[in-house]
Amino acid sequence: MRTIFFLVRKEFLQIFRDRTTVFQIFMIPVVQLLVLANAATFDVKRVAMLVVDEDRTTVSSGLVQRLQAGRQFRVVRYLPTDAGVDQALLNRDVTAVLHIPRSFEEDLVRRGRAPVQLVLNAEEGATTGIVQSYANSILSGYAKELDQTLPLARGASGVTSRVAPLDLRTQRWYNPSRNYKYWMVPALLVSLTTIIGLLLTAQNITRENELGTLEQLNVTPMTKIQFIAAKLIPFWILSMVIFSIGLAIGKLVFGIPMRGNLAVVYLAAAAYLIVVLGMGLGISTITRTQQQSMFVAFFFTLIFLLMSGLFTPVDSMPDWAQQVAEANPVKHFVSIMRAVLMRGAGLETVGRPIIGLTVAGVAVLGLAVLRYRKSVA
Amino acid sequence: MRAFLGFVRKETLHLLRDRQTLAILILFPVVQVLIFGFAVRTDVRDIQIGIVDPTPDVATNELRERVAASDRFNVVWTGSSAADLETRFREGTIRQALVLPSDVERRIGRGDSLPVQLITDGSDPNTAGIMMGYASAIVDRWYRDEVPGKGSLRIEAQARMRYNPTLESSHLFVPGLIAFVLTIVSALMTALSITREKETGTMEMLLVSPIRPKAIVAGKVIPYIALGFISVLLVLVAARTVFGVPLRGSLFLLLAESVLYIITALALGILISTQVPNQRTAMIAALAGLMLPTLLLSGFIFPLDSLPKVLQWLSYIVPARWFLTIVRGIMLKGAGLATLWQETLILVGMTMFLLVKGSRGLAIRLG
Repeated sequence: MRTIFFLVRKEFLQIFRDRTTVFQIFMIPVVQLLVLANAATFDVKRVAMLVVDEDRTTVSSGLVQRLQAGRQFRVVRYLPTDAGVDQALLNRDVTAVLHIPRSFEEDLVRRGRAPVQLVLNAEEGATTGIVQSYANSILSGYAKELDQTLPLARGASGVTSRVAPLDLRTQRWYNPSRNYKYWMVPALLVSLTTIIGLLLTAQNITRENELGTLEQLNVTPMTKIQFIAAKLIPFWILSMVIFSIGLAIGKLVFGIPMRGNLAVVYLAAAAYLIVVLGMGLGISTITRTQQQSMFVAFFFTLIFLLMSGLFTPVDSMPDWAQQVAEANPVKHFVSIMRAVLMRGAGLETVGRPIIGLTVAGVAVLGLAVLRYRKSVA
Repeated sequence: MRAFLGFVRKETLHLLRDRQTLAILILFPVVQVLIFGFAVRTDVRDIQIGIVDPTPDVATNELRERVAASDRFNVVWTGSSAADLETRFREGTIRQALVLPSDVERRIGRGDSLPVQLITDGSDPNTAGIMMGYASAIVDRWYRDEVPGKGSLRIEAQARMRYNPTLESSHLFVPGLIAFVLTIVSALMTALSITREKETGTMEMLLVSPIRPKAIVAGKVIPYIALGFISVLLVLVAARTVFGVPLRGSLFLLLAESVLYIITALALGILISTQVPNQRTAMIAALAGLMLPTLLLSGFIFPLDSLPKVLQWLSYIVPARWFLTIVRGIMLKGAGLATLWQETLILVGMTMFLLVKGSRGLAIRLG
């Protein structure tokens, strides 16, 4: 025990004497969390739109007014023909083009329905669907409005036998204000803690190896378990501190909801960090130079992060990828965080994944101990 | 010149002798593109939905079947009471619930109103919006078929998706991944290779040699340009053959822009390496410092147009942002230099700036 304690102390001294590293370890997560929480949003506002209005009637210009009134679109150009439309899309001057054909009003009055064409720049696919749904809701809203005001030539207005009206009420639970930060801040916090923790541990042993100090440790009577434990503990404490700072920022700056029990979050974080840091140490034992360990660590970090549901929903991934994602500790931790913080879930819901994380942590650490060789090959 | 060539040769040998790193470097981008091209998608599918139907009849059966038949939805639970909906949401077993009124058939017959509730787990506002759109479209259509006679006005939007008609996710992500992977690999590699010389003390030796600091930097960078270029080629081949990502513009232009961007990223790595003392700080700066900003401020995943103004300005200094526009422009839109000259010029400017700053920093630090 005393051996571990001394080694832990040595690691702490080593980290805190390197001012640049200390600065980086704490500042990078804080700054990135503060800045990037504002960047990670699909909330589409004020999409640049070009309207080609061949109809030029009160009905068509009413539609343009409705588009302009909402906060989703801004009509940057209003043209009578579609000359120059392609170029505007190509130059990214506009994202959406609404084409109102010549017989728009006439079709509405005569047939009760009229087509319009909506051309979207699908280059940024994620937003295309959202822009489309905005446009659709404005169009159907306008159609409903016209239903009341437009004199219809159909003569159907006499057939007012009682028709059951549909009363579709929609509710958004857990995040009714649609604050994207509530969703992203926990995710960003997890990714930052993971990146820093994994990189620091992955680089740690290879560094000692490169500098030759590993040899010195190897000739001491310390056991392999003591060695790995001493390498794990300092970074585990550091990561927990970073995690706590981030959580505090989330609460104080972004006001993220904390509906569940924070102790559950910490329990999950404690188990999760053992997995991540254990993997870092594992990488560190199988690579020889810092350059190599960095690349392997980077490789895994990227896969873990992008396949975790942090940025894109796991449910949308193909089945095989969803099964692979089951083995991804980041995915489980993120879903635990979101379940507890946003939906107020308790141990009865997230207990099993926490146990899973703990088991994985023990297994990963065991592997790192086994892989680590005191003798030089 | 001879000394310089010798130096380049030394660097190349360095790179080639470390087989493990070389293998990682070459395979890494290809593997990433393959995995993410398949796995990273933004379309919403397989929504787990629960349906509360107190009195099942022909009309509600029809609706339930329509929901089940849609490949967007996966009906995981059907019940007669909304009592334990909240638990199901909290557990995460359902993400959406459709609560139907009782006696739907009779209500339609009598012309009473049909209060249908659609509850969505709104934690993720974007996905929630899309889920609500899909579900209400199904309900609307069912209502229109089930309750005839009400011919309300309709404006039908025919959507056309330009540049990516099928909205295939891989076509959007693969160009982004090229930019992303190139940034990290190139910047990290140079940063590490220069700081390693510092850490092991061999940088001092190089600086006292007759080779000028600028030449040292150039010599360090040249082998990595070649390596980066090979990566780009492999990634492009994978993108074409595996995902069928279109290449509508000129291949030559794409390759030329890629070389330009590789140099930008390498210059970034040089700059990082001159500012930090050892490999640890270099890698934290390159990875922790570059990874998320490149991911989030380049338009790779999140649209730049919706960022707050300050962040939009900040994104201007992220090189990947410009390169991403170029790659997407060439591959998806078939744009040429006539459209992309601004982005290209900005990248050239950035590279110049980074190179000058980097080589100066090097000379001053150890000089």
